[in-house]
Amino acid sequence: MKAILFSYSYRNLWTRRLTTALTACGMALVVFVFAAVLMLAAGLKKTLVETGSYDNVVVIRKGSQTEVQSGIDRDQARIIETQPEVAISRNGQPFLAKEMVVLIELPKRGTKKLSNVVIRGIGRFSFDLRPQARLVEGRMPRQGSAEVSAGLSVAKRFSGAGIGERLRFGMREWTVVGIFDAGATAYNSEIWGDADQLMQAFRRPVYSSVLFRLRDSSDFQSFKERIESDPRLTVEAKRETRYYLDQSEVMAKFLHILGLTLTIIFSIGAMIGAMITMYSAVANRTNEIGTLRALGFSRASILFAFLLEAMFLGLVGGLAGLFFASFMQLITISTVNWQTFSELAFSFTLTGSIVYQSILFSIVMGFVGGVLPAIRASRMNIVEALRAS
Amino acid sequence: MHITKLLAKNAFRHKLRTGLTILGITVAILAFGLLRTVVNAWYAGAEGSSASRLVTRNAVSLIFSLPLAYMDRIRQVPGVATVSYANWFGGVYIEEKNFFANFAIDKAAYFDLYPEFILPAAQKKAFLSDRKGCVAGRKLAERFGWKVGDNIVLKGTIFPGQWEFVLRAIYTGQRKTTDETQFFFHWDYLNETLKKTSPLRADQVGFYLIGVKNPDQAADVAAAVDNLFKNSLAETLTETEKAFQLSFVAMSDAIIAVIQIVSFIIIIIIMAVMANTMAMTARERMTEYAVMKTLGFGGWHIAGLIFGESLLIAGIGCAFGIALTFPAAKWFSDTMGAFLPVFNVEKKTLYLDFVAAVIVGVVAAAFPTWRAVNTRIAEGLRRIG
Amino acid sequence: MVVIRDLNKSYTRGTLEIRVLQDISLDINEGEFLAFMGPSGSGKSTLLNLVAGIDQADSGTITISGVDITALTETELARWRALNVGFIFQFYNLIPVLTAFENVELPLLLTELSRKDRYEHVATALNIVNLSDRTDHYPSELSGGQQQRVAIARALVTDPEILVADEPTGDLDRASAEDVLGLMTHLNSEFGKTIIMVTHDPKAAERAHMVRHLEKGFLDAYNQTPR
Repeated sequence: MKAILFSYSYRNLWTRRLTTALTACGMALVVFVFAAVLMLAAGLKKTLVETGSYDNVVVIRKGSQTEVQSGIDRDQARIIETQPEVAISRNGQPFLAKEMVVLIELPKRGTKKLSNVVIRGIGRFSFDLRPQARLVEGRMPRQGSAEVSAGLSVAKRFSGAGIGERLRFGMREWTVVGIFDAGATAYNSEIWGDADQLMQAFRRPVYSSVLFRLRDSSDFQSFKERIESDPRLTVEAKRETRYYLDQSEVMAKFLHILGLTLTIIFSIGAMIGAMITMYSAVANRTNEIGTLRALGFSRASILFAFLLEAMFLGLVGGLAGLFFASFMQLITISTVNWQTFSELAFSFTLTGSIVYQSILFSIVMGFVGGVLPAIRASRMNIVEALRAS
Repeated sequence: MHITKLLAKNAFRHKLRTGLTILGITVAILAFGLLRTVVNAWYAGAEGSSASRLVTRNAVSLIFSLPLAYMDRIRQVPGVATVSYANWFGGVYIEEKNFFANFAIDKAAYFDLYPEFILPAAQKKAFLSDRKGCVAGRKLAERFGWKVGDNIVLKGTIFPGQWEFVLRAIYTGQRKTTDETQFFFHWDYLNETLKKTSPLRADQVGFYLIGVKNPDQAADVAAAVDNLFKNSLAETLTETEKAFQLSFVAMSDAIIAVIQIVSFIIIIIIMAVMANTMAMTARERMTEYAVMKTLGFGGWHIAGLIFGESLLIAGIGCAFGIALTFPAAKWFSDTMGAFLPVFNVEKKTLYLDFVAAVIVGVVAAAFPTWRAVNTRIAEGLRRIG
Repeated sequence: MVVIRDLNKSYTRGTLEIRVLQDISLDINEGEFLAFMGPSGSGKSTLLNLVAGIDQADSGTITISGVDITALTETELARWRALNVGFIFQFYNLIPVLTAFENVELPLLLTELSRKDRYEHVATALNIVNLSDRTDHYPSELSGGQQQRVAIARALVTDPEILVADEPTGDLDRASAEDVLGLMTHLNSEFGKTIIMVTHDPKAAERAHMVRHLEKGFLDAYNQTPR
């Protein structure tokens, strides 16, 4: 029984190829946008969540939302360094880095357009504190030198940021001695150099933040409470993962609302397309419907056959849309994070969950678009239907 | 019988199908118009800028400040009419999601440079004489229900602490495109506090605003200012206000591009839907068209009927879509107002809506018309339904 | 086997009420070949539809082999039709996207038969109508006469008690019409199928045992032409 039902539905779609194709195209585009929006959100989340380790703590000035706005002077930094919760590295030193962050503008390769880049003054342990980063070329800059290393994204897109090349900022020249890859994290859009050298160059006598590894992950709460109530300090502490998540809250929210709005609009479009096609299919096969009912097929079976056809239509459109959406993974979007002013590059990420959601979405669109026409088909009066030409 | 009446009767033969198609076009035009309005809102700042205003900032990046001492030297550059300065304060009102732009400004000349901000004389005087006074835009005041005389507290982010102000004036915008969501207070108040709490940060300005005597000289004045401070500790970058605003827009240009692409995809989708409808309609009426041809109607007549019906449907959908764009824009502006302070539906958008609908109507009717015109009469008569 | 008592049916066209059948009472015996004739609008097709269970009367009863079909619900009626009635329409009404074989198989999908059994039934039915060599063809690839024969095979395949035919030769040329009528006569005489037919065609009516006339909703009291 099922076999003929499927062939019946499928073959009817095939017979009216032009209409089927047009409707499926419409639905494919809808699913494409739906999937692309989800992929964008997933890509953004991936970039931000993976930036940061759960057991690292970031300390910035109280009230500042980002490192760029924050300032921690040498005395305060020293106090933080002596806290018991800070892990100790192999050579007996605190596993901690005092960092300075500034934003500068550099010209992009090819266009000469200026764009923001984060310069991070790092300490000895900065690289080790960030397991997501690995050197792909060269080495880390030496302490006390005018050397820098660049994140993969910066090296690719900004002039003078490739290995061996020179950059000019802070009234000095800096040589790029290494390139590091930090995966989908924000670090790939940064340039790292010795903190003291950079502080001198930019005449900023204070650090922006302090980063360290917790000796024990559960120590965080006690550290936070003590450090934030210490009268000598005006700081706040966050787990590194939380810190980066907060930084993109506004952006993520905006993209979320935009995505939602677009999805709703497109869904309506898809349903209307499916409805028009299915109503027409029912109208054209009125006679056929009458015959099937006369032969003894129940109302339910007619309803089911047309619903199936509509869902097939949705599925075809959905698979096509998903196929094209998967090519979006080749595209990287770079935009400026509105909260930190630093450049954010992320790509479209296709996950299994998105594939599943998109297919489901397309079938549901087909269903919703086809349900009213299918009901109309099933409720036809047999005699009138047979009379139709 | 009037041609429009015939077209309408034909179009509404299939009430449900035509109704759905119109609904589809309405939604598409609405979405298209809304997205275009969002993109326009992004550029609103740049659109509203004046050709005779320049912005001077630290050449390294926006986060570095300029010394107050530059003020006198800038004033002496030939072509400069007025100089003022301000700092982006970045204060938070109660919670972060209540975001609005707030600045510490030079009280003497700032409002001279911005004639489009209209302050009642009495209020302006009150602001100038109260060191802790502040000015808010009309839309901003409405959003939080502020009235003149209210105490307002901002939590500093760049400049930490709780900062208290008294609302002394509310400004209105001269044009519809003027931003009425900004907040200003005295730079002197900021500076005096800094001298006490973190003296190293005092006497620093975020950016300078320059009013030029003659807009044609803007480029020359800008170059002259930057030349003044070349090779000094804080080199400057001077550009027109428009260029300055556009650099902010450029930060999100990837997103803007995506939105623009999506708005065109919507139109393509609805074209497919509409083409489908017209194809079905024409197929059903094959016999009718054959009969009309036997009566003496030519190919052009048939084409006219099909195109006419298609355009009529598209037109009705477009009209509804345009009508709905206004309330939709209002809703969007209320929800997202913080990020895009100037949110107006422009005339250009409406023209584009109209053009889009026409294109959809024409493209949808093209293939069915070609088929109807080229089918021989005998073949057309043979088809039964 | 078919007992019709006091059947009434009306339609409303706008504000007009048209009485299509008025107090029809009739008996049809098993194995009978009955033809209904009459002018357009006389109600003959309506009467056929009611007996076949695809329409519902305003009042009256129709009892077929002891089952009062006027008392059945929509769902029960569908089931009853599948097993007890075979349809032959003027315009064949084959499903265009199914092959001849699949069209004939269609009614069997409503039964509990296995695939093997279904195939046997279909083969038998197609054999009876002499169409075993065209089973993979789609309706668009068959002539009018061939399509009607497929339709007859479909009507036979569930071995129903009654065959109803609404203008079976209306769309056929003379030769094909003779062909189809011969087949129907064969089904009646050899297989004992009860056939109720509506027709305009006098040549078709000649084949029936009995011809009844309908005029303005009334069945002729006299003027029966037994053969």
